[in-house]
Amino acid sequence: MSLYAPSSPHFHNDNSVTKVMLKVLYALIPGILVYFYLFGYGVLINILLAIVTALSCEAIMLKLRNRPLIPFLSDGSAIITAVLLALSIPSIAPWWTIVLGTAFAIIIAKHLYGGLGYNPFNPAMVGYAMLLISFPQIMTTWPANIGASFINFANSLNFSFGTIKPEQLIADAVSGATPLDYLKSQLGLGNALSEIMPNEIFGMIAGNNFEWISIAFLVGGIWLIKQKIIHWQIPVSVLGSLFAISLLFFLIDDTLYASPIFHVFSGASILCAFFIATDPVSASTTPRGKIIYGVSIGLLIFIIRTWGGYPDAVAFAVLLMNMCAPTIDYYTKPRTYGH
Amino acid sequence: MMGKLFNFLGGIHIPQHKDVSTSSKVVSAKIPQRLILPLSQHIGSPSKPLVEIGQRVLKGEKIANADGYVSAPLHAPTSGQIEDIGDYPLPHPSGMLGQCIVIKPDNKDEWTSLTPHAGDYKTLNPSELRNIIRSSGIVGLGGAGFPTAIKHNPGPEREIETLILNGSECEPYITCDDMLMRERAKEIVCGLLIIKHAVQAKKCVIAIEDNKPIAIQSMQAAVKEFADSNIQVTVIPTIYPAGSEKQLIFTITGKEVPKNGLPFQVGVVCQNVGTTAAVYRAINHGEPLISRYVTVTGDVKNPKNLDVLFGTSAHELIEQCGGATGNGENNGDIRRIIIGGPMMGFAMQQVAIPIIKTSNCILVDANQSKDLQKRKFTMPCIRCGSCADVCPVNLLPQQLYWFSKAQELDRIQEYNLFDCIECGCCDTVCPSHIPLVQYYRFAKSEIWKRERETQKSDVARERHEFRQFRVERDKSEKAEKLRQKKAALKEREIKKDKESSKALENEGSSETKPKQPKNAAILAAMERVKAKKKNQQVTPKNTDDLTDAQKKLVKEIDDRRANQRKNNMSDANQKNESNSE
Repeated sequence: MSLYAPSSPHFHNDNSVTKVMLKVLYALIPGILVYFYLFGYGVLINILLAIVTALSCEAIMLKLRNRPLIPFLSDGSAIITAVLLALSIPSIAPWWTIVLGTAFAIIIAKHLYGGLGYNPFNPAMVGYAMLLISFPQIMTTWPANIGASFINFANSLNFSFGTIKPEQLIADAVSGATPLDYLKSQLGLGNALSEIMPNEIFGMIAGNNFEWISIAFLVGGIWLIKQKIIHWQIPVSVLGSLFAISLLFFLIDDTLYASPIFHVFSGASILCAFFIATDPVSASTTPRGKIIYGVSIGLLIFIIRTWGGYPDAVAFAVLLMNMCAPTIDYYTKPRTYGH
Repeated sequence: MMGKLFNFLGGIHIPQHKDVSTSSKVVSAKIPQRLILPLSQHIGSPSKPLVEIGQRVLKGEKIANADGYVSAPLHAPTSGQIEDIGDYPLPHPSGMLGQCIVIKPDNKDEWTSLTPHAGDYKTLNPSELRNIIRSSGIVGLGGAGFPTAIKHNPGPEREIETLILNGSECEPYITCDDMLMRERAKEIVCGLLIIKHAVQAKKCVIAIEDNKPIAIQSMQAAVKEFADSNIQVTVIPTIYPAGSEKQLIFTITGKEVPKNGLPFQVGVVCQNVGTTAAVYRAINHGEPLISRYVTVTGDVKNPKNLDVLFGTSAHELIEQCGGATGNGENNGDIRRIIIGGPMMGFAMQQVAIPIIKTSNCILVDANQSKDLQKRKFTMPCIRCGSCADVCPVNLLPQQLYWFSKAQELDRIQEYNLFDCIECGCCDTVCPSHIPLVQYYRFAKSEIWKRERETQKSDVARERHEFRQFRVERDKSEKAEKLRQKKAALKEREIKKDKESSKALENEGSSETKPKQPKNAAILAAMERVKAKKKNQQVTPKNTDDLTDAQKKLVKEIDDRRANQRKNNMSDANQKNESNSE
């Protein structure tokens, strides 16, 4: 009788892909809660829709690709993609927006490239970019500066599944531009920053409501670093370079360029630094590579925000750097012992 | 006392499971019914048997000689009769067979005559010490089995700054070095002094992980007794793989052994505690290496360390420790047996395999411990980089995995595959449960295979090229000879023509005459060429001085070839005929 004789090592710790993904999900919870508190049920509806769509698409694709369902459905990666995409799109977008985006992310950006571990681009950001290019108006219409009390569950359902069009929402003053969007259009009109910033849309530091969500994501992100799920290099270098370059331009001309604090805490900067750019599959993996990758993303975010055609730039910055990740890795191999 | 320590990169903290096997004292294992001694118990060429079947040998008698420089002799672990010399299962993961000497013990345990050098090791010079160590069959007992005498010979121009005694024993479960340090500290320090003399080291560091407080105490006490200020006990942090030679050297000295290099290049010799104790026994008592401490642990009833004669079956040792624990009918069913620790040990295909010089531990898995589970379902790599974080050599394990999976054997060497020490850290922390080390081993063996093949084809190509060169050379030489001959012939003809014309002038004869000598000359030349050809065909030069037997052999071969050619020809003819039909 031959015994069980596998190759060494014979010991394994209790880590698993599911555990890694679950911890990322836990880290997103504070941000989601603040989001919900400030913008109402819309975000929860979106998350739910996204998760259902993601898991269904994942199951269909796994079946088509002859892969086992249980281990891959339970790995949690599709859920992360779904939640990140749901957090990126406006909470009052109609239901089909998130369904379409998620399906695109899972089917095209993930499974057509070979599924978990093989996608060169961050699936959530591919889905987001597709939606932004295809439906710019929906994708830039965010709930206006109102509390959860206004957008109750019934209203949220109505936004998602009803027939209300974004034009009507704007007319009803239910929705409006994001601070980044507003800043861009106002600067475009030739107004000086000092005239634009006092608008209540900007809140205390970086946009009413949005700044609090960012802070909640920051808390979750720091917990992720402490849990050793992500490394410090990417978040620190993304935010560091974004801060540095915006500070430079802010010092050059503070009537044209927003403050570094504004850049770091507005839009999806924090979410990107801790949760999107750190997606291990599509990011750089060497210690020095991660820093180059992160710094480049921070710079690209500023460049696209300031001079590009889109108000926020996270998706494009991340996707552009995803392309460079293999090359960066190749040139940043760490020094091996004894070399 | 303690110098500054350096932290090597990576490494992991893993459950130790060491206490289970350290509670009872080390006892000698029983002399078994049969000792099966593989001839290859070390790195290098297998030893050559000196004994014959049926011969009686005494304990400590040399039964096999070292074969070459990188090799080691083998000694009888007890007195008895040589029962067989043949192929038996080796302690190898593939379950392969190899040549072994089988001894049937007579239970008298009668020693051969020994020549101890008690207390006078300093009167021996390093070379003499090395010879004794070498003839005692001592190899590294830490696991690699490299002949110790070679390690003690760094060459005259090298200066050894630090002699490191490796008592770190960083793999979980294994406690044989720990117990040895607790119980035979004095022997170890004595051995250390001998090696220090042999390699002319300036100072010695005894490195022990901080999870072995009793061993540390006992070693410190022993060092105090010898009052040598150049020996110090250094406590190092418990982190796997702190006991790996290169990592330990970095921890102690902060120096990195250069790639493809050896420790003495940075002025260090590293020696395992077990090996050091064996050196002491060899010098002071004249005893060759015939037994070692072996930890029997894991899912066994009474886990402990035993002093085991080489050649004893692992199965017997497990029985002596009460058998495997478990819920099965016969003391539980053994699922897996590992020689070595859980990180780098080799799982065997069967229980009945002999203990050899490098076997430090028998780890039994009867499905009782949560730390020895079957490998879970392998997911794709998500490039999380956990593997790179723990790699003590600072490699990029996920890239190595990627390239070995794709069999990109050139690319993988750019990523320094051959610096991988196969410690298993990356594999242990991988959230996707990928058998990374297995992939690296596969890639390494593929590269070796390919290199062997290119070597072979290189030789073949050279041979072919030389053959072509030779054919060309022969051709041109022949052509040259022919040309010379023709020239000579012409000259002669011209001479003859002149002579004959002179004669004609003298004689005043007919016109047809001048043609005749020319024809004759051509005929003669043709005859000569024919004869030469015939000669060449029958007796090629290099068969001139053959003996009759050789000639007969050559003739046989020639006949066979001729027959074959004939057959081939007729085959071809038949084929042609059938084709034409």
